Amino acid sequence: MRYHTPTTFEDAAQLAAQAKGLTRFLAGGTDVLVQMRAGMVQPDDLIDLKKIAGVAEITATDDGGWRIGVAVPGIALGAHEGLCADWPGVVEGMELVGSTQIQGRATLTGNLCNGSPAADSVPGLVAAGASVEITGPDGTRNVPVEEIPVSPGKTALKAGELISAILLPPRGQNAGDAYLRFIPRTEMDIAVVGSAVSLRLDGDTVTEARVALGAVAPTVKLVPEAAEAIIGTTLDEAALEALAKAASAACSPIDDKRGTVAFRTEVAGVLTKRAALIAKARAKGDTA
Amino acid sequence: MAKDEFKEFKLVGTRPDRPDGLDKVTGRARYGADISAPGMLWAAVLRSPHAHARIVRIDTSKAEALTGVKAVITRADFPTGLTGEDWNLQENTMAGERALYDGHAVAAVAATSKLRAEEAVRLIEVEYEVLPHVIDVDDAIKPDAPVIREGAADATVPEGMPPNVVRYMEFGRGDVEAGFAEADLVMEKTYKTEATHQGYIEPHACMGQLGADGKGEMWVCTQGQWFIRKMCTAVLGLETSQLRVTPSEIGGGFGGKTTIFMEPLSLALSKKAGGKPVKLVMSRSDVLRATGPTASASMDVKIGMKKDGTITGARAEFRMQGGAFPGSPVDMALYCCFAPYKLKNVEHVGYDVLANRPKCAAYRAPGSPMGAFAVESLLDEMCRELGVDPLDMRLKNAVREGDTASYGPKYGSIGLVETLEATKAHPNLSIPLGPNQGRGIAAGYWFNHNGETSVSLAISEDGTAQVSVGTPDIGGSRASIALMTAETLGIPYEDVRVNVVETGALGVNEPTHGSRATFASGKAAVVAAGHAITEMCRRAANEWGIDPEAVEWVDGAAQPAGDNAGKFPPMTIAEIAGKMGSTGGPISGHHESVPDGVGASFGCHVVDVEVDPETGRTTILRYLVVQDAGRAIHPAYVEGQYQGGAAQGIGWALNEAYIYGEDGRLQNSVFLDYRVPVASDLPMIDTVIVEVPNPGHPYGVRGVGETGITPPLPAIANAIQEATGARLCELPMSPPKVLAAIKAKGG
Repeated sequence: MRYHTPTTFEDAAQLAAQAKGLTRFLAGGTDVLVQMRAGMVQPDDLIDLKKIAGVAEITATDDGGWRIGVAVPGIALGAHEGLCADWPGVVEGMELVGSTQIQGRATLTGNLCNGSPAADSVPGLVAAGASVEITGPDGTRNVPVEEIPVSPGKTALKAGELISAILLPPRGQNAGDAYLRFIPRTEMDIAVVGSAVSLRLDGDTVTEARVALGAVAPTVKLVPEAAEAIIGTTLDEAALEALAKAASAACSPIDDKRGTVAFRTEVAGVLTKRAALIAKARAKGDTA
Repeated sequence: MAKDEFKEFKLVGTRPDRPDGLDKVTGRARYGADISAPGMLWAAVLRSPHAHARIVRIDTSKAEALTGVKAVITRADFPTGLTGEDWNLQENTMAGERALYDGHAVAAVAATSKLRAEEAVRLIEVEYEVLPHVIDVDDAIKPDAPVIREGAADATVPEGMPPNVVRYMEFGRGDVEAGFAEADLVMEKTYKTEATHQGYIEPHACMGQLGADGKGEMWVCTQGQWFIRKMCTAVLGLETSQLRVTPSEIGGGFGGKTTIFMEPLSLALSKKAGGKPVKLVMSRSDVLRATGPTASASMDVKIGMKKDGTITGARAEFRMQGGAFPGSPVDMALYCCFAPYKLKNVEHVGYDVLANRPKCAAYRAPGSPMGAFAVESLLDEMCRELGVDPLDMRLKNAVREGDTASYGPKYGSIGLVETLEATKAHPNLSIPLGPNQGRGIAAGYWFNHNGETSVSLAISEDGTAQVSVGTPDIGGSRASIALMTAETLGIPYEDVRVNVVETGALGVNEPTHGSRATFASGKAAVVAAGHAITEMCRRAANEWGIDPEAVEWVDGAAQPAGDNAGKFPPMTIAEIAGKMGSTGGPISGHHESVPDGVGASFGCHVVDVEVDPETGRTTILRYLVVQDAGRAIHPAYVEGQYQGGAAQGIGWALNEAYIYGEDGRLQNSVFLDYRVPVASDLPMIDTVIVEVPNPGHPYGVRGVGETGITPPLPAIANAIQEATGARLCELPMSPPKVLAAIKAKGG
């Protein structure tokens, strides 16, 4: 195994493009190092990104959004007042990953690139309309987060490409987001169902919404039908029922050791209703 | 021996820091994997990926050729001709003709590093012929089930039973049919529980060394060093006394470390590698796949009850699989399931069944939680049906001293009634419940085991004392034994050091199992202290020139027993010890026995839950354990045992289970998916220590370690019914199952 410490994303992309065997990028390492220790992956080239300037920083963008470096650990998101104020749903998704110790290392980018449909931080990013900046041998491009995972463990990144930042759009006024996951325990578990809702209000009426589901399909899924079910409503009982139904209808889960098809489908609707109500409360200024 | 007349104890019943506490919180304590030696090799094990497969061929040549590899072993390196449980242990340590479960060891390697050993294991080629497998206990007794082993049944199994039934039992008394005829309500239901693992935090670890001369050493994490010695030497065909076994500190066992799983591999590898020590440490996945969980169970229970709650007849028929070998605790489950109740008419039937799973091991009150789940669930439903208070029903039928137990013997002093009354009086029972909340109550029982016990005590030159015990300290037994020894000698707690010693230092000791360490080693330590006191009184009498009979021991000193004996100032233990060299040599005490006077323990649990009706998720709001301890020597560690039992029971009830795929492979062999409760899942568990002293122990001790895991399974099922109206008869009561049950009843 060759261990590399490039100082620019361009160099990292070059190293990856030239590598012949199995390549892994290393930021927090909470997936890669564990997989190596468990004998699941033996990379030929391990490219550590932490020596690249700015990777551990959260910066405000010119348009009023946020740029999150690829090595920003989960614990830094929760400590960032501006980010917590704008995107509490994104932050709470990341904070659910692992233990306190893991939070000191694990990153949003790593959680996304691991490609798990159950990744807790991804539905919140998708609902937020976040995108990623990708650096490759041919330069950089921006891609919506929902286009990155393509199947369990697989991403749309091409050989030699890597994510160089996560970009959150400007939050704007009267808006809120929330993420809920279902686990049988209270922590240290993996989502059986995850649901994120981001919305904007005009008075009590929802004017914009995005809904994303986790662990109910081969990838985290943006569900426009669920968003449409609540746009133009005040999230009254009928709208919430329509939202739950649309969320459940979007599920194509599997039966496995963590949950059944029927359970995941049902609970996706339940969580989406609950997440929508939290997002609404946040949009109205409730900081809970 | 009865010391009950001592109404006031100075030390017994106090809560000093445990002697092993500082080492454990500072990380200094040495656990199994902390042991290393010069020249040590690392072992790795190749395990079967199949639930059931014939081993056609094993080619180890590539592994042997790898640099750094010092030994490769297969079953061919073990002696042949073993029988009975010795053969079972050997077959489980290393597969012979067939791999019998996913994770069964097939070959092992010793190499100069762990990575090298693991690399070598990947180079071993095994050709398997995959065979049909069976996982579920009810499937295993179907006529067309794959046969795990022809002719494995013992003499108890009647002709014509399915071949995977290897042990059969029936016992009881009275006439159950007549009992059912007397009843106002007869109910019958079937219950199932899945296998669960003890979940000890420390994986199995050992370092073994064995020379060509047949002399060996082993350092190992275990509940019983003599069991390790006996089993390893049997499996390897060695003389028992030639293996010396030293136990490490132990990071949990709960019964799972009373036997061997991989220990002989390190010895066999060591011998083949020229006697170099070989260290073998299991991963969590190895632990879950290849060490012993408890059995899974399928249970039919039928009970008759009068309108006033009197039980008129009871019948239990239990089927349990304990893996690919005989030994499921179906007998214990049957003994315990009706033990709290006075029954004229009772019948028990049990089947021990083989399946393609790892060999089960003891797990805290083996069998009793499953039996309690079935019986206490049904009793609760019958109480609801008849409108009888569940605690009053239990009090009405409760066994008392002199009653004949459901499983035969006559009870001595027991504290079930006191336990139920203390439960009834507890404030938790009057806390009002909100919507979607429910309260569940259940009782439980476990024995107190005696077992071979050998303890030595020696007085040091400064008048302090050391106690050598053979029972590893899992739950605070060193503190309890030190308290009892200090109380008996009349010296401070801090002046006693209790050491858990290696096999060379004492006679045979059974492991710390059966809730016996504080009872048996404690009792032996008190007797040994008495011998030392007798000797110290004799030395004082010699010095004073009076009759030893005229000397008594009071508050850590010899003194003349009354004015007629002579007038001498008390001679302290330090004074006597300081001159032992010139008064007759070392002063010690020793005791060995299979102690009589065991004290069984009943418990009653009350749990309040809230169930989310939209997701089926159960939250434990509050939890109460009431249990008879006889006398709590160190109440904090008794409470710890109560809380620990409840915590494990809660996990078993709600989420823990072995999950197998269609291919017979275990799918959840890591803690991410084998869901033991995390700290935030549990409330602070309330405890009440009931003290009905055991007359068979000098300080009234009963075994307290195991009963606490017995009531949680049914108590939680009963609470969930109260909260949701849905009755769950299968474990675990995980959210998908609870939600489905709520929907099935139209909720």
